[in-house]
Amino acid sequence: MSIQEKENQLINEFGQFEDWADKYLHLIAWGRKFKKMDEQYYQDKYLIQGCQSKVWLHAFLDENNKVILQADSDAEITKGIISLLVWVYSGEDPEDILNSNFEFIEKIGLKEHLSPTRSNGLYSMIKQIKLYALVFKTQIEKKEK
Amino acid sequence: MKFDVYNIRKQFPILNQKIYNKPLIYFDNAATTQKPQCVIDALSNYYSTQNSNVHRGVHYLSQQSTTAYEDTRKFIASFLNANSDKEIIFTKGTTEAINLVAYSFGKRFIKDGDEIIISGLEHHSNIVPWQIMKEDRNAVLKVIPITSTGEIDIEKLNSLITKKTKIIAVNHVSNSLGTINNIKEIIKQAHNHNIPVLIDGAQAVSHLRIDVKELDCDFYCFSGHKIYASMGTGILYGKEKWLTEMPPYQGGGEMIDRVTLEKSTYNEIPLKFEAGTPNVADIIALKEAIKYLLTLGYENIESYENTLLEYLTKKLNNTEGIKIIGISPKKVPIVSFNINKIHHYDAGVLLDHYGIAVRTGHHCTQPIMDFFKVPGTIRVSLAFYNTIEEIDIFIDSINKIKKLLE
Repeated sequence: MSIQEKENQLINEFGQFEDWADKYLHLIAWGRKFKKMDEQYYQDKYLIQGCQSKVWLHAFLDENNKVILQADSDAEITKGIISLLVWVYSGEDPEDILNSNFEFIEKIGLKEHLSPTRSNGLYSMIKQIKLYALVFKTQIEKKEK
Repeated sequence: MKFDVYNIRKQFPILNQKIYNKPLIYFDNAATTQKPQCVIDALSNYYSTQNSNVHRGVHYLSQQSTTAYEDTRKFIASFLNANSDKEIIFTKGTTEAINLVAYSFGKRFIKDGDEIIISGLEHHSNIVPWQIMKEDRNAVLKVIPITSTGEIDIEKLNSLITKKTKIIAVNHVSNSLGTINNIKEIIKQAHNHNIPVLIDGAQAVSHLRIDVKELDCDFYCFSGHKIYASMGTGILYGKEKWLTEMPPYQGGGEMIDRVTLEKSTYNEIPLKFEAGTPNVADIIALKEAIKYLLTLGYENIESYENTLLEYLTKKLNNTEGIKIIGISPKKVPIVSFNINKIHHYDAGVLLDHYGIAVRTGHHCTQPIMDFFKVPGTIRVSLAFYNTIEEIDIFIDSINKIKKLLE
């Protein structure tokens, strides 16, 4: 599935809930099913600076030049959103990540969590994912030269 | 007098609205309070009929504006029972007031190796300015510890005081736990050693009547927006003997006596500390907010708020899995707590969807969170316009959240 297809799947999936509480329950369920990050990455250096909930993010480039993301949070709602981000963007080309606008978060009705004033680290997390993608893209370009 | 909360609520237009289709329950009053109609009217009236710069023009509007501005100073002086209006400095908030004292007092009185005492119960605003000053003056910052109930541990104060102690700065009421500290005792002990005391009163003035003469504090600061006035105003009360000796904090218009390109001489207090055009409209509106509080009556406010606090505390204690942090017997209506296994951020987001505004996180008091070994709390801070019914809805929502996250 492409990034776009995964995003559309999530938009449909979350679109079926009319009640906000059901939507959050579904989001939390996503977070609980989410594969845990490898133990060695629960370190302060992988923490994203966010005021309220802790968010760890680790990324690397695999042998096929795909970005692999691992992340976690100590808050359930934040973890839910993280699990969506990782599902959509992990395993993708750096270039494709850089070209994404992350608008699906807004489309599934979780826009409030993206505001920098929410200080939950998600805004910074998206910035960080893009930054990783940029670094990896540069690395690949260097190798190809 | 019966406290007619429903009638009082009519004075606060913002309270009458729905959030996510639910009636707004505003429980974040320690962050900022809502504004009564008289404050909103005062602002609108000032800009519609009086707006003009103060202390500068000879023209009619400027005179009017200056009179209203200086009348507010006199009014605040009398409200706080200060000796004179020269002891009242207008700032943009408590933070600026503390920074002003840390900078100016520090510059004049603090030398290499001198000591400053704060407490472990302070807002970052009463920590960081002293840290900056301490670095600048090569001084030492000492901290009065806190007790397990969340009070400043006054018994530990005496052992921290030395001949080098130059100032003590503590809060009157803790913003994150609601504790009312026994500042009178702290001031008494400090004065036994001739040490001046600054009180951060940001969380006190909306709940307690302050008399600076009775307290005998050397500095007392608070913010207008936390006592039902608009944002951008603060009051620094300072004893004349200190303010006169302290150098200016910022340079600019208004604070000068005579300026040449080589050297300037400064105005007398209080204007020495008010460089630049002040926030005239909001300062004039602050007077209206305080007048409104005085009309309601501090005893009535205190007694009603205590009823709310007791009710909320009892309800939370009866809810399984709730742990209240800060259990001093003397508190304003602020309750900080955690729900077993539930992250405060999740609780805050879900409460928001029930129409309830609370603050979650560390409340700009990270050392307190470290002391209690929690990453943050959910903080409910009440005002006299809150109701028992709102608390019931809140407790009901907490129970719903617990079920949701089970």
